[in-house]
Amino acid sequence: MLKGIIIKEFRHIRRDPRTLLILFGMPLLLLVLFGYALSTEIKDAPIAILDHAHDAHSYTLQTKLFSSGYFKLEKRLENEKQLDESFKDGKIKLAVVIPPKFGDNLQHNKKVYIQIIIDATDINLGTTLNSYVTSIIQDYQRQLNPVQQRFMQIDLKVRMLFNPELKSVYVFIPGVSALVLILISAMLTSVTIAREKELGTMEVISVSPLKTHHIIIGKVIPYLILSLINAVIILVVGIVLFKMPLNGSPLLLLLECLLYVLVALALGVLISVKADTQQQALFTSLLALMLPTILLSGFIFPVESMPWLLQQISKVIPATYFIEVIKSIMIKGGGLELVWKPTLVLAFMAIVLALVSIKQLKTRSK
Amino acid sequence: MKVIYHLVIKEFLQILRSKFMIGVLTVAPVVQLIVFSSAANYDIKNLNIAIIDQDLSPASRLLANQLQGSKFFVFRGYTFSQKEAFDGLNHDKFDAVIEIPHNFERNLVRENHADIQILVNAINNTKAGLTNAYLTSIVQTFNQNIRTQWRATDQNPANQIETIPVNWYNPTLDYPTLMVPGILAELLSLLTMIFTALNIVKEKEMGTLEQINVTPVSKLQFISGKLIPFWIIGHIIFWTGLSVGRIVFHIPIVGSLLLTEFFIMIYLFVVLGMGLLISTLAETQQQAMFIAFFFIMAFILLCGLFTPIENMPRWAQILNWANPLAYFVKINRLILLKGAGIGVVLPICGIMAGYAILINSLAIWRYKKTA
Repeated sequence: MLKGIIIKEFRHIRRDPRTLLILFGMPLLLLVLFGYALSTEIKDAPIAILDHAHDAHSYTLQTKLFSSGYFKLEKRLENEKQLDESFKDGKIKLAVVIPPKFGDNLQHNKKVYIQIIIDATDINLGTTLNSYVTSIIQDYQRQLNPVQQRFMQIDLKVRMLFNPELKSVYVFIPGVSALVLILISAMLTSVTIAREKELGTMEVISVSPLKTHHIIIGKVIPYLILSLINAVIILVVGIVLFKMPLNGSPLLLLLECLLYVLVALALGVLISVKADTQQQALFTSLLALMLPTILLSGFIFPVESMPWLLQQISKVIPATYFIEVIKSIMIKGGGLELVWKPTLVLAFMAIVLALVSIKQLKTRSK
Repeated sequence: MKVIYHLVIKEFLQILRSKFMIGVLTVAPVVQLIVFSSAANYDIKNLNIAIIDQDLSPASRLLANQLQGSKFFVFRGYTFSQKEAFDGLNHDKFDAVIEIPHNFERNLVRENHADIQILVNAINNTKAGLTNAYLTSIVQTFNQNIRTQWRATDQNPANQIETIPVNWYNPTLDYPTLMVPGILAELLSLLTMIFTALNIVKEKEMGTLEQINVTPVSKLQFISGKLIPFWIIGHIIFWTGLSVGRIVFHIPIVGSLLLTEFFIMIYLFVVLGMGLLISTLAETQQQAMFIAFFFIMAFILLCGLFTPIENMPRWAQILNWANPLAYFVKINRLILLKGAGIGVVLPICGIMAGYAILINSLAIWRYKKTA
């Protein structure tokens, strides 16, 4: 009996090649797009120089700035008034103001102040650029007087564990996978059931001898298979194209994906039980899944710095745990000893969601 | 005109009939705006650190104290072996471990040089970079202090260049100031675009579109009847959201609101046109939703709100020319934060107007072909 529903559902899917194309094409495109586009490395940031000194030292400093590859000279300013204009054009992100008699003062061992003006409407970029400029200037200063080195000097030996090259892909691939998987699985299932309701075929099914859990399982299994294939594709692309490591067990990773997809599918069923129309189902998925997964799962913003209440909300978002699991298995090469906690949470979520939605569907169809 | 008026009224009646839709259009954006704006914060605080102090000298204790006192770190205790430290890093108990080696103080005094080892969990590269920067600056300050204290010499470096960073337009580096308008722009685009797309596809799916096609209502009238209600709703969402941002997050509004409204008027036509275009590409609501999703996710993640556009590769920056959200984010910063005038804003509005015409003509052309 179950087989019948599964076959029927597969036929529905096959009959709609456009959805299939979207289903497999979209995650790939997104992954490639973000894998390449979202980088946190600075290159050729447009900056301006306001040089009041025009001497040898100020020129050397500028050469040093622009030969670093981080900056490109967008504008050479003449006076302070132009600063505001240039920032308002949005053309420059930072301006370096070199004071008059810069070289003169340097040679006479006087203190000189270089002003760095930052466009703080983009905080991240601003602070990063500032730290780059500052370190180049400090470097320049060190070159000027090598003598004072080595006096009670403390050296920091920093070891970047797990990601020595500080690649941003390590953050984005787990995040985008979590996002894509939950969207696809939850939205697909929620819409299929809502559609049967909208078209009235759900009533037809409920008077048939099929049990409620038959209907749900029959609906879910085809999408489970599709989502798993999707998960594998995403991970393979991550590994092959973006050089994500796979240090842990592939089998465990696959099982975790299965678990996460189950949670997503259960969520989808729950949403569809609550929704009367496809529109409602889609909007609920959208508002309850997409933005929270992007913003509250720790994918983009660190959970530690959120207000307490939001930290608690992030604890009920499945993606939070899935991202942790992927990172632990793929990057740290950990096994169950590292991921048993998030795994248990995900399993718990899957069971509770499935039970609740079956119960809801039963009372609804009575 | 009269036909369009009646169509608009009909559309509003249909929307207002569903409690769910009213909720989605009013409560949801406001709640999401508040929640996400509080979440969208890159300020990295509360980093968990542990210290391995193998020296246990006055100098190492002083350094350990200074690390513990920093507002960026939460001190998770001393560990005494590297293995324990590594385990902690592995289980995400620590973000960084600072190891002060044996004879740290002795080496510092006798050999004028000592090492400190730092282990950082670098899976999140931004966080690792910041952790490193914070630690470096604390150790440097510590280094400066003991230099002057212990040797009471004023061997101040001969040439001293000091840099003074000044943060313009957002001096306190406040995140909601940036994020509220950005997230509002996202919510606005997302809701209006998907609404338009779904609304038209639903008529297709239900067969009511064909019924309309045989009435004297022309296609242009039908489309206007669909776009105008959502254009009005878009305005309501934006201005409500901005007021909420002003009241709850005290975001500054430096520039002209009239200019902002001018931009929104044009902008909404771009997004609605996109919704219309999507509706001509999809046969079912599900398809429409997925296509819309794809574009919106791409728009959101590339728009420069979360990662600076300047950091993206050249081709991604070119893609962003077609990203309406990128313009919106830019306009928000220009008008609301910097108070830029009409001279700067007008060219961007021009681009948007061109874009609106292009996308709507394309959509109408497709619509005439398919429906």
